Amino acid sequence: MLEIKQLHKSYPIGDSSLHVLKGIDLSVKEGELVAIMGSSGSGKSTLLNIIGMLDEADEGSYVLDGVPIKNLNEKKAAVYRNKFLGFIFQSFNLINYKNAVENVSLPLYYQGLGRKERQEKALFHLGKVGLKDWAKHLPNELSGGQKQRVAIARALAAEPKLLLADEPTGALDTKTSYEIMDFIQELNDEGKTILIVTHEEDIANMCKRVVRLKDGVIMEDKFVNQVRAAQYV
Amino acid sequence: MFRFLVDRDSWQEIYDSLRKNKFRTVITMIGVWWGILLLIGLLGAARGMENSFNRLFGDFATNSVFIWGQSTSKPFKGFQEGKSLRLTLQDAKAVQEEVDGIEFVVPRNQTGASVVRGFQSGSFSVNGDYPLLDKVQKKKLIHGRFINQNDIDDKKKIAIISEDAYKQLFEKDEDAIGQYIQINGINFKVAGVYAASMMGGPSSDMHIPFTTFQQIYNKGEEIGWMMITGKPEFDIKQIELDAKLLLKNLNKVHPEDKRAFGSFNLGNEFKKLTGFLTGMQFLTWFVGIATLIAGVFAIGNILLITVKERTKEIGVRRALGATPFEIKRQIVMEAVLLTLISGLLGIISGGVLLMIIDAAFGQGEDAALVNASVSIPIVWLALAILIVLGTLIGLIPANKATSVKPIDALREE
Repeated sequence: MLEIKQLHKSYPIGDSSLHVLKGIDLSVKEGELVAIMGSSGSGKSTLLNIIGMLDEADEGSYVLDGVPIKNLNEKKAAVYRNKFLGFIFQSFNLINYKNAVENVSLPLYYQGLGRKERQEKALFHLGKVGLKDWAKHLPNELSGGQKQRVAIARALAAEPKLLLADEPTGALDTKTSYEIMDFIQELNDEGKTILIVTHEEDIANMCKRVVRLKDGVIMEDKFVNQVRAAQYV
Repeated sequence: MFRFLVDRDSWQEIYDSLRKNKFRTVITMIGVWWGILLLIGLLGAARGMENSFNRLFGDFATNSVFIWGQSTSKPFKGFQEGKSLRLTLQDAKAVQEEVDGIEFVVPRNQTGASVVRGFQSGSFSVNGDYPLLDKVQKKKLIHGRFINQNDIDDKKKIAIISEDAYKQLFEKDEDAIGQYIQINGINFKVAGVYAASMMGGPSSDMHIPFTTFQQIYNKGEEIGWMMITGKPEFDIKQIELDAKLLLKNLNKVHPEDKRAFGSFNLGNEFKKLTGFLTGMQFLTWFVGIATLIAGVFAIGNILLITVKERTKEIGVRRALGATPFEIKRQIVMEAVLLTLISGLLGIISGGVLLMIIDAAFGQGEDAALVNASVSIPIVWLALAILIVLGTLIGLIPANKATSVKPIDALREE
C-alpha cells in the first residue's frame, strides 16, 4: 500500500539547514491503522505532509499503491491528493460559509462529478458519520465532535485509498476524542487504511501499530494490542 | 476549457464567497461603479454640449468658405495695383469644376432694398439665390416653399421672406403666401416664409431667384460672393487656398496678392470649436478611464486582502484536490464578476444621471446640453475594458493565492 525508503528532508534556516527526516523506512499494508508518535520537532508532521503530497522529500522513494510519488507538479499533486488521499485535520478545516453537505461534497466537486451525484454521495457519507439531519447546518452551528465527523465524511467522500489524520483529537475533549476514535476504528474494521499522527498515548494505543519518531529517525515500530474506544463511550 | 462558464457550480462557489462578505463586496464595487458612472456622465454631458453647438449652427454646412472679390494690392500683367475685382458665374463654374473636394459652389448676390406692402414698409437685404442654397444653408420654412429651378428658368418674380420681414410687412396671422410685396417698386409674389436660424453666416431677410436678381439689378454675370462647401473628407482650408489661387489665375491677379479676394472660412472657425469639444472629450475619457482603473485597482486590492484572509481555505481546497488553475480561475472570475456587476450598475445609474441632466438642462430652445447621451458601442467598449481590466487585476491575487504552498497555507492560523 505504502512504501517509503530512506526518506530525507531538511528545511533551510538562514544559512544552515535543519535536517528533519534522516532516512525513514516505513511500509504500511492495506487495512492497517498506524499511529505515528513523537514529541514536537520529531518530524512526524513533516512525514505526514510528505505522505500527503503536501510537501516533497529531498531524497528517498515513496510509492503509494504502486504509483511512485516523485517530481510532482502542483496540478498532478492535486489530482493524486484527490484520488488517493483523505485528510483529517486537528482544527477540522471546514469551510465556514458552506454547510455540512456542501463541505463534504467539495472533494467530489474537484473530481468533476455532477451536482446530483455529489449531493447523493455527500449525503450518504454524512449519514455514515451520523449527521444526516445536520446536512444543512453551517460549521459554526455544530459541536467540535460533529465538525470532526463532517471532516471525516469529507475525507471519505472521495473514497480515498489512505486516510491521513493529523492530530484528529487534538482539539477535542476526552469523551469526544474517544467517540471519534471509535468511529475511526470502525472505518478501519471496514478495511480502510488509516495513518494517525498523535502525541497522546491513549489515542496511539487505540491503533494497531505504533511508530515512534525521535529526531527524524524511527525509534520504535511495533504492533500493539488495540484498545477499543467503544468501551469508553 | 470554457465549460466552467456555464457550470452552475463554479458560479455557486463565487456567489458563496461573495455573499460571505457582503459589506466588503459592496465597498469594493463602489469604486468601479463610481468610475463608470463618471465616465458615462461626462461623456454624455460632452455629447450634449456638442449637440447644442451643432444645433446653434443649425443646418448650415459647416465645412464651407465664402469668397468675394476686393481689389488688387500688386500690379500684375500690365494691370495697376488697386484694380477692383468682381467674381462672375464663370468663376464659380470654374471653381466647381477645377478644385478638388468640392461639394457645392453657390453663387450669390445681395443688395439692400426698400420693401413696401400697402402702408407697411421697411428696408431689407435682398438676395438673389439658386435652389442649391437650401442644400448648404437649410431654410426652415414655416409656410410655402423655397426657390426652385422653374423660378430660375422663368425669372419669376417671387420672394421667400424671413419671419422677421413677415412680421414687419404683414398683420399677425395673415396668410402671406400669394400676397404681393414691392421690392424697389417691383411687385413680387410671396412664395414662402422661413424661420430665422440662430447662426450661420450673413443674415438675410429675403430671397428671390438669382436670375430675377440679375435682371432687375442688371448684374450681368457678376456675383456678390460664392459660397463653397467641401466634401466632409476634404480639408476646407486647402479648398479655400486652391479656389483662391484658381480665381487669381482666372482674373489675372498676382498669385501672392493677399488683398485681391476676401474670404471667410466657416469651416475653420467651426474647427476651432470642435477642436475644443474634442479636447473636452479626450479629457472626459482620460478622467473616466483613470477613475475606472482606480476602481478596478481597488477591487484587486480588496481581493488581495481577501486572498490573504482565505489562505487557509485555499490550502484546504488544494488538499482536497483543487488544482492551482481551478483556484486561480475562481479568483479571476470573482474579480471579473465584481467589475462587471458594478460596471453594469454604473452604466444603469449613468443612464439615469443622463436622464436627470436632460430633464434639468436639456429642455427648451436654448438648452445648454442637447440630448446628452452615450452611444451603445461606447457602452460595450466600456464593458469590454472592464472585463479586460478585471481579468488582469484578478490575476494578481490569483497568483498570490497559488504561490503559497498548500502546506504553508494549512499551517496558517
